[in-house]
Amino acid sequence: MLEVAITHDFGSFTLDAQFCAPPGVTVLFGRSGSGKTSLVHAVAGLLGPDQGRIAVEDWVLLDTRHSIALKPHRRRLGYIFQEGRLFPHLSVGQNLRYGAWFAPKDAPREDMGRIVDLLGLGALLDRRPGALSGGEKQRVAIGRALLSAPRLILADEPLAALDDARKAEILPYLERLRDEVKIPILYVSHSAAEVARLATTVIAIEAGRVIAQGPAAEVLGDPAVLPLGAREAGALITARVVGHHDDGLTELDATGIPLFLPKLVQAPGTVLRVRIAAHDVILSRNRPEGLSALNILPGVVRDLRTGAGPGAIVSVDTPAGRVLARITRRSAGALGLVPGVAVHAIVKSVSVAPGDVGAGSGLLA
Amino acid sequence: MTDWLGPEEWRAVALSLRVSFWATLFSLPMGILVAYALARWSFPGKQLVNGLVHLPLILPPVVTGYLLLLGFGTRGPIGGVLADWGIVLAFRWTGAALAAAIMAFPLMVRAIRLSIEAVDPRLEQAAATLGAAPFWVFVTVTLPMALPGIVAGTILAFAKAMGEFGATITFVSNIPGETRTIPSAIYAFLQVPGGEGSAMALVIVSVVVAMGALVLSEILARRVAARVGGA
Repeated sequence: MLEVAITHDFGSFTLDAQFCAPPGVTVLFGRSGSGKTSLVHAVAGLLGPDQGRIAVEDWVLLDTRHSIALKPHRRRLGYIFQEGRLFPHLSVGQNLRYGAWFAPKDAPREDMGRIVDLLGLGALLDRRPGALSGGEKQRVAIGRALLSAPRLILADEPLAALDDARKAEILPYLERLRDEVKIPILYVSHSAAEVARLATTVIAIEAGRVIAQGPAAEVLGDPAVLPLGAREAGALITARVVGHHDDGLTELDATGIPLFLPKLVQAPGTVLRVRIAAHDVILSRNRPEGLSALNILPGVVRDLRTGAGPGAIVSVDTPAGRVLARITRRSAGALGLVPGVAVHAIVKSVSVAPGDVGAGSGLLA
Repeated sequence: MTDWLGPEEWRAVALSLRVSFWATLFSLPMGILVAYALARWSFPGKQLVNGLVHLPLILPPVVTGYLLLLGFGTRGPIGGVLADWGIVLAFRWTGAALAAAIMAFPLMVRAIRLSIEAVDPRLEQAAATLGAAPFWVFVTVTLPMALPGIVAGTILAFAKAMGEFGATITFVSNIPGETRTIPSAIYAFLQVPGGEGSAMALVIVSVVVAMGALVLSEILARRVAARVGGA
């Protein structure tokens, strides 16, 4: 468990944030310039905040009241930078071993061979970073951070510099990391899709402050977090693969509700997390008949949120979890949607992109 | 070979090599330290240090030599202390090495400083987050990545030391076998009738050494750069 409570005055804006990061992936989620990277820099020791305390369990990294501020190299963190920052004069293998040279001899270490396998680096060990693709570089950077025997991993938008294909290449590795490596990961992102796939815990940051924190499904289903990206709003539900059908659809079971998604590769029995974007959800007061959409989730309106525009975000509690729907204010009025009203949330199968489906155990943990 | 270069000429060549070798060897750690400080640190008096390092490049060499004589002569403030420990520099080959080192220092520092400035500080930051203390960051990241500039600076300094004349002759005079380096020997040969042949032989040696140093530095810098940035 990482505990952070810091304030720092940058002149133009003030960082004032308290949060806890339990085991798993904790995503710091917010717009560019909201202070996410500054928070990570403070944890890494690259920024010395005016006041505050940062501790991993009973190990204090910073405590301004007791004049404790460990230097970055004494903090035992694995920092995965946005641009990789591999050492160009060292081979991939030497890059991977770099952190281990400096780790205390008695520190619990990840096995080099296991990490190399986990990240698929076996064929790259003798190459130099200059000869790697962007995605390969980032995998090496992840491995290098893991092998430094860290007590905490920091990842500052590790995928932001990559194109979608490279992102899709790395995300599964990060999911395996979350599920197989028992080191807490603090992960900065402004991508809702990334958050949905990876996060165990979400800390939503705006203008240097924490506006929401908690389990991923709870925070992502919280309309208060929406100002961060109404267009990207979406809820997270977990579902188990039931089987694959001949017509190209995969049937899932979301706590008793059948869901049909375009064919997935996961085997029956696998637990997945599925991100359902708010703009792909339609609401109906009555259970619809004769509708082409296959996925119908009965539920109860929990909350309705309107802004200055014509849109509204409705959060609906269903047996499968909370779902968000982005509809017009006019429809909300016409349907008489107020908290407590029973509705049906309808999701078109084809609207769920493969990128919105990820390995799920982290969410249940 | 021997009739091409007489014993006296050989002695001058050998002495020049010895003087330049030690001058370069001793100034290298200092040069790296000063270059690093100028490239990476901010401290009061930084411009003063920068100015002092570059002074020998701008001052007339005779002035530098005379200042060395004042400071490092046996009755000078530094030379006096050294003399008490049995180290005498004035009118010795070691003094010639000191003069050569000081004259070559700005060239060395300049080349190394540029290459250290070219090392991405974000890589040094990454090394720190991986547990490397500042000294180890320097040894494992900064130094190897700045190696092309260090090699170039070293060879340039060596070549400059081989050619140093004004400060050397002022500080340690022109004593055959002790302080008569190639430039001093050329000067001496040109002062006596019939010395042009010997002078010309040494001129050729000088040109060959200078050209060799340039070519070598180019090859080494390229090879090192390929290894550092390399595919």
